[in-house]
Amino acid sequence: MNATVPILPVRLLSVGDTAWTVEFGVAIDPAIHGRVLGFCGLLDTLSADGRLDGVVEWVPTFRSVTVHFNPQQIDAMVLRNLLSELAGKSGVLSAVGCRWHIPVCFDAESAPDLADVAKAKGMTPEEVVHLLTGSIFSVYMLGFLPGFPYLGGVPEALDMPRLASPRKVVPARTIAIAGRMCAAYPWESPGGWRLLGRTPVRLFDAANSRRPALLAPGDEVVWEAIDSAVYAELDAECAAGRFDLMQLMRQGGL
Amino acid sequence: MSAIVEVVEAGLAVTIQDRGRNGYRNIGVPVSGALDPLLITAANALLGNDPDAAVLEVCLAGPSLKALSGTVRVSLAGELSAQVVTTRGRMLKVEPWHTATLFPGDVVRIGSVVKGVGYVGISGGFLVPEQLGSRSTYMRARIGGIDGSPLALGQHLPCLPLSGNPWLEGCGTLEWPAEDCPLRVILGPQDDHFTPSALATFFGQPYVVTRDMDRMGIRFEGEKLAHNERGAEVVSDGVAPGSIQVPANGQPIVLLADCQTSGGYPKIATVIKADLPRLAHVRPGDVVRFVAVDHRQAAAALRDQASWVARWCETIGTFCPPGVVDETALYEDNLISGAIRGDEAFAVV
Repeated sequence: MNATVPILPVRLLSVGDTAWTVEFGVAIDPAIHGRVLGFCGLLDTLSADGRLDGVVEWVPTFRSVTVHFNPQQIDAMVLRNLLSELAGKSGVLSAVGCRWHIPVCFDAESAPDLADVAKAKGMTPEEVVHLLTGSIFSVYMLGFLPGFPYLGGVPEALDMPRLASPRKVVPARTIAIAGRMCAAYPWESPGGWRLLGRTPVRLFDAANSRRPALLAPGDEVVWEAIDSAVYAELDAECAAGRFDLMQLMRQGGL
Repeated sequence: MSAIVEVVEAGLAVTIQDRGRNGYRNIGVPVSGALDPLLITAANALLGNDPDAAVLEVCLAGPSLKALSGTVRVSLAGELSAQVVTTRGRMLKVEPWHTATLFPGDVVRIGSVVKGVGYVGISGGFLVPEQLGSRSTYMRARIGGIDGSPLALGQHLPCLPLSGNPWLEGCGTLEWPAEDCPLRVILGPQDDHFTPSALATFFGQPYVVTRDMDRMGIRFEGEKLAHNERGAEVVSDGVAPGSIQVPANGQPIVLLADCQTSGGYPKIATVIKADLPRLAHVRPGDVVRFVAVDHRQAAAALRDQASWVARWCETIGTFCPPGVVDETALYEDNLISGAIRGDEAFAVV
């Protein structure tokens, strides 16, 4: 991300009487995301100084920040003006996170859509896995489900639309792609993304109150291929709480 | 000092809820919490609890709870009644908006909700451990409550023993208002994704509640809302309970307490906070209409609501349960005949 982002007009959008969305753009773009992180940095600072009374929390996305507030503590229009003013003067922040190397099993059983994606792209499944494991993915945001990371960085050669008909059940910890985005489902849920592998790593642990979600916006992720025997071994370790997640961190500090 | 009640019948999908889990939406954790937070206030006020204490949310059939240790009191908020079965086999009916005291061994059988959701409060609140700052149950990720799940047979729920007079119950004396005016919404954040005629339709036509509803949201059915050239998808941005998202099929979905934190469908409008509790009580086939308001009107609605809820709580009365009334009458007869002297303790009855 660079610091010479053209300043687009920021829009303040109403999310009812309990939130404002501060919108920096409408696309997935590292430059727009840099402004999102910059704005969140400014909110962090003000909040630490006790200067955001009535603000409950804020949620960064690819392109905007939704600021949730208590309308019984702060007037919506007063907050709107404050956020608008802050958005005009907040800067751009480069993501500074950790790089995680996360094991993924790409066996057919764990990757129900791998063969189809390979076929659609005129590749072998091994070539698809090679492209996936050779890429560095960036965490843009968490949303949809607890700990669900939206990752950018899917190679153009793997760009595929969502499934025409979403699955009712995607197994927990499945790695999936949609368009140029990649994600890992921390929980079993319905989903329309294309399922290409499965990690034994638990991406969310509510008992870890300091960092319940393993990944944070600004982090980078590298998928490392493992076979089904290693998957089973790591899965058992993770399930028993004997797996130290910190061993997956290759650089950066928490 | 603590007390324990045991779940002797689980009911259906009964969950522990409080006011929800704030501060973790940035990592995708929904707020959760009671679908009708006003009823949490009522359930706790009947007991003299902290207004934020955790309660049971009953959507269908209620549970049965047995006091194991300590004398405890339960309260009912919403269209929900119950029956207390004492250790001596006596049965006492508990009306909606009333409290009932359980001595060790007594069982309260909570009935089914007549409409929407009802809440069961308990002395001190349900004191299960907090997870991420709340006791609210969020089932999909197994957070809060007990193991993130609905009540199950045999579970022990900690609470506090009753500290007041066990013979003096509480009850609401004012009728709980039932509003049926159109649901008030504030336009946006993506009303600019809809044609002018879609906006006119949204505010002009009725929408019917479908069977597709849960703690995450309610799908409505009605005249199709057409998207304009900006289309039926956006790059995911933040949503909140009350957000009305409209996917490509043009049928609105109103998000509720367990909703995801971000979403990629255009959101035509957002139900205001004061009207969100009403959505806890709709049933398939119910018809709603939407009306636009501005922030000033939304704030006024919230103030009005807070003041009537406060008034309802201030006017909570007391009564003696059947059986106890007889005793009191006896004492009163004695007072009249002068057999014993008047006593302040009776004056409060």
